[in-house]
Amino acid sequence: MLDIAGLHRPGLMPVSFALPSGACIAVRGPSGAGKTLLLRAIADLDPCEGNVSLDGVNRVSIPAPSWRRQVSYVPAVSGWWADTVGDHFQNWSAAAPLLAHFKIPEDAAAWPVARCSTGELARLALARALATQPKVLLLDEPTGALDDETTAAVEAVLLDRIAQGAAALWVTHDTAQAARVASRFLLVEGGAVHEAAQL
Amino acid sequence: MNSYITLTPWDLALASIFVLVNAGLSLALELHIHRQMLIAALRMVVQLSLMGLVLTALFSVMSPLWTMVAALGMVLFAGREIAARQERSFTGLWSYGLGTVSMMTGSLLVTIFGLTAALRPDPWYDPKYAIPLLGMILGNGMTGIALGIQGLTAGAMQRRGAVEAQLMLGATRREAMGPVIRQALRSALMPIINSMSVTGIVALPGMMTGQILGGVSPVEAVRYQILIMFLIAGGTGIGAVTAVMAGAYRLTDQRHRLRLDRLRPAKS
Repeated sequence: MLDIAGLHRPGLMPVSFALPSGACIAVRGPSGAGKTLLLRAIADLDPCEGNVSLDGVNRVSIPAPSWRRQVSYVPAVSGWWADTVGDHFQNWSAAAPLLAHFKIPEDAAAWPVARCSTGELARLALARALATQPKVLLLDEPTGALDDETTAAVEAVLLDRIAQGAAALWVTHDTAQAARVASRFLLVEGGAVHEAAQL
Repeated sequence: MNSYITLTPWDLALASIFVLVNAGLSLALELHIHRQMLIAALRMVVQLSLMGLVLTALFSVMSPLWTMVAALGMVLFAGREIAARQERSFTGLWSYGLGTVSMMTGSLLVTIFGLTAALRPDPWYDPKYAIPLLGMILGNGMTGIALGIQGLTAGAMQRRGAVEAQLMLGATRREAMGPVIRQALRSALMPIINSMSVTGIVALPGMMTGQILGGVSPVEAVRYQILIMFLIAGGTGIGAVTAVMAGAYRLTDQRHRLRLDRLRPAKS
């Protein structure tokens, strides 16, 4: 589904791999190794060279906003532009079932963003991205700020999306989680990306 | 009419004591602005004296070409001043070009409008009207444009996470930069709003005061001042919108990315 050929930019050596529909690749590497650069380059958030295509269509022929709705990057630290949680969702009631899986109550729409915990913000940011039904998920430590119980809930929702045909690139430092969610592994070290048998 | 009091250099030297007092206070209170204070005062004296000579020369030649050259020189200096006031400037030609081109657009449009539609001197380029009018519009417009660009670059830096979060969810650069652009324009236009609201109560503008001192009737002087305030508001508005919109365009690209790499690091 997602094909990457010779993608590179300063700090990231050329990388090529394919991410088929229904697959999840776990990504691991030390801080500053280039994991975020890789995900941002795929989401087309930074100038970069190389070819990236989705279902055979090169992204240069797809307007960037449309590309990012299909190839959704969820960073480790989420950004918020309005005062209340609900203002960040195009359709809060449509997102409610998903939020319920994430253990976020329906009245959270009125919560001030400034009052939310890191874990709540992480789940809300993930729900906000999943609401647009992206084909590819670029997840930067989606459960990094969560306890075991909510981690399990979030994993279940994400694995369900993958089972339905989405594809995911999932950055995690937790090798047990990598083994649970992914069948393939990428190691990022010093700006170079290698496929690994295990993490 | 010509009953105004002539000032001697001695009168000015006496008044300059206040600048020296300010510099002394800066030394005593460790504000570290005495150098800037003295240099600015010195610059003002030299620049105004030169302007006096330039205007005398322009009035005697009455040439449209030389009036234009003087106007262009003033606009270029205003552009340099806008660039110098930025904490983070754009890279390359945009650094100086953005403020200068915006300033030129706003100030020349309203100055030419003021000369041809309202004041109608004969000839329309009469430097006695054109140069002071442009000077007042530039002086105020420069502050607005500098604040607008500053608001845009500081806003984009501070709200980087919020802007990129919207881009990641498929917003266009226009949507994502909207709040930053609006905030920058508000801060650009606030000084002229404030200045219009207090003019006549708290502040008696320099030009009006000057005309009254020169013997013009207060009612006539007030009409001139109202015209000038409208022109200043127009020039600042056009210039600030041009600068902030063009700046926002430069801070993003065709692929709807936020391009903070097109800003230089902040001055220390």
